[in-house]
Amino acid sequence: MVNKLKKKSKRESLLLNMGPSHPAMHGTIRIMLELDGERVLNSEVEIGYLHRGFEKICENKTYFQILPYTDRLNYVSPLINNTGYVLTVEKMLGMEIPERAQYIRTIMCEISRICDHLTCLAAMAMETGAFTVFLYMIKAREFLWDIVEQTTGARMTTSYIRIGGVRSDFSENYKELINKAVNETRKVLKDCHGLLTKNKIFLNRTKGVAIVSKEDAISYGFTGPCLRASGIYYDVRKAHPYLIYDQIDFEIPLGENGDNYDRYYVRMLEMEQSLRIIEQSIEKMPRGVIEIENIKEILEPYQAIKFARNKKPTQKIKLSPNLEGTEKEKYPYILTKDKRYIIPPKEDTYTTITGLISHFKFFMKNHGIRPPKGEVYFSVEGANGELGFYIVSDGTDKPYRLHLRAPCFHIMSALEKMIQRGYVADIIPTFGSINMIGGELDR
Amino acid sequence: MRESQGIKKLKEKFSKDILDYSISFGDETLLIKKERIFKIAKFLKETPELEYSLLLDITCVDYLGQEPRFELIYHVYSFRLNHRLRIKVKISEETPVIESLTPLWKNANWLEREVFDMFGIKFKNHPDLRRILMYEEFEGYPLRKDYPLKKRQPRIPGIE
Repeated sequence: MVNKLKKKSKRESLLLNMGPSHPAMHGTIRIMLELDGERVLNSEVEIGYLHRGFEKICENKTYFQILPYTDRLNYVSPLINNTGYVLTVEKMLGMEIPERAQYIRTIMCEISRICDHLTCLAAMAMETGAFTVFLYMIKAREFLWDIVEQTTGARMTTSYIRIGGVRSDFSENYKELINKAVNETRKVLKDCHGLLTKNKIFLNRTKGVAIVSKEDAISYGFTGPCLRASGIYYDVRKAHPYLIYDQIDFEIPLGENGDNYDRYYVRMLEMEQSLRIIEQSIEKMPRGVIEIENIKEILEPYQAIKFARNKKPTQKIKLSPNLEGTEKEKYPYILTKDKRYIIPPKEDTYTTITGLISHFKFFMKNHGIRPPKGEVYFSVEGANGELGFYIVSDGTDKPYRLHLRAPCFHIMSALEKMIQRGYVADIIPTFGSINMIGGELDR
Repeated sequence: MRESQGIKKLKEKFSKDILDYSISFGDETLLIKKERIFKIAKFLKETPELEYSLLLDITCVDYLGQEPRFELIYHVYSFRLNHRLRIKVKISEETPVIESLTPLWKNANWLEREVFDMFGIKFKNHPDLRRILMYEEFEGYPLRKDYPLKKRQPRIPGIE
């Protein structure tokens, strides 16, 4: 691989190997540099260190089993990946989702987007010497991850958005929690604006560095914040609205020059917009189940199963704590009506024969979710660009082929061009500004 | 759903080269002749009223047992029309060669390398066709349907 650069490099220039395990690289990629002093003459990027065969694995898993694998693509914003995959399958199945579930998805997606941008900018700021900003942003991310943790039960590998809806409803105090996180994030953003946006040192380090022109950005297949930093108005949320984005008022910030500073600034402004989306969604979100009937008697699952042999129990059944938010009463608000595509409520599985059968039917080989024959492409606005899923179905319960359009794959292919003629010290901030995520890049 | 502007224009100009037109789950799909891929892509990209200037994706599907075996799938997007188009090309197993789109789009470079890496389809006029995700010593093409899921290969040949 490296031979190519070696062959064409000048005799007097220095060849330097950066990565695959370099402390300042976010992820394992290797950049071979040809240097003239501090200047980068040429470079060669080598990827694939995190290749796990995602697409091959998906061909051998059922549609339901693929979901956890999508968490591991972009592990900073797994909820957006879940949504992208799930919406693609739902498009094939032609499914209708309850409105509340759509709002929950939107809120979770936007929270993820903010987390992703915060992580990206925090790292980028740190690489240009602003360590305080890093700590502030990670603090804000903690508040947001608290919501994710409370709702989904996990911080990163969520598997929360399910085919047909979401896994569980929000907890009762979600409004206070989200409002608190939104306010905290606003404060942090304001602080970071104060610390960076007009900071002379930061401006000197980022303005005019790694400029990507409009033409180049399109030609390299840029999408997301990187494309918008070059001044092109394209956002999947506006171009092909999904979920409830068409009912919500938000703006798409644009950059001018397509340099590192613009990529930073576009992300900063985008987070503001995401906060707006979250606030509006909370206001507009239809109410879920108002009050769950308070029945005093509670049966343990094993008691319920025993009892149900004779008669359907009228008492409430105690669910395991990790099933919180998935009570039967909440199902109509968070999952589709079509019973073929969802796991039946646990109360039914324990006590009725139809529930038990549909539970097994769902997980049984060749019986689960089986989309009709055909092929579908669907994309959502991921945190760093258009995240597209292309699925070919042959009518069985496993996809015949699944392809992921990873946004940073395209952006990474431009890295060689972006760092050319720049300084070595600018490589890492440039690399930070495109927000490469290994899991998604190498699949 | 009715035909989009792009399809109409294409059908006028390349009526002989379009083998099939269909709509699959809301996306317009064209099956075209393999030899004409570059011409048609260039037409789509450079016609002023169309401007399919963003190459979203290139991928491949292996229909093992069918002839022709491979199908290349291109997704292009037009900012002007806000329209996404899918172009498909069939490629046989004996001559898995197709013209590269690298002169038109720069990201085609890596995308085509990935298709070559995973399916072994060769791209004519590609400046730098070699593996991208797998290592150079890797044998076979992992996303082909006849490549076993659990096959193991040593990282360095000869050392287990």
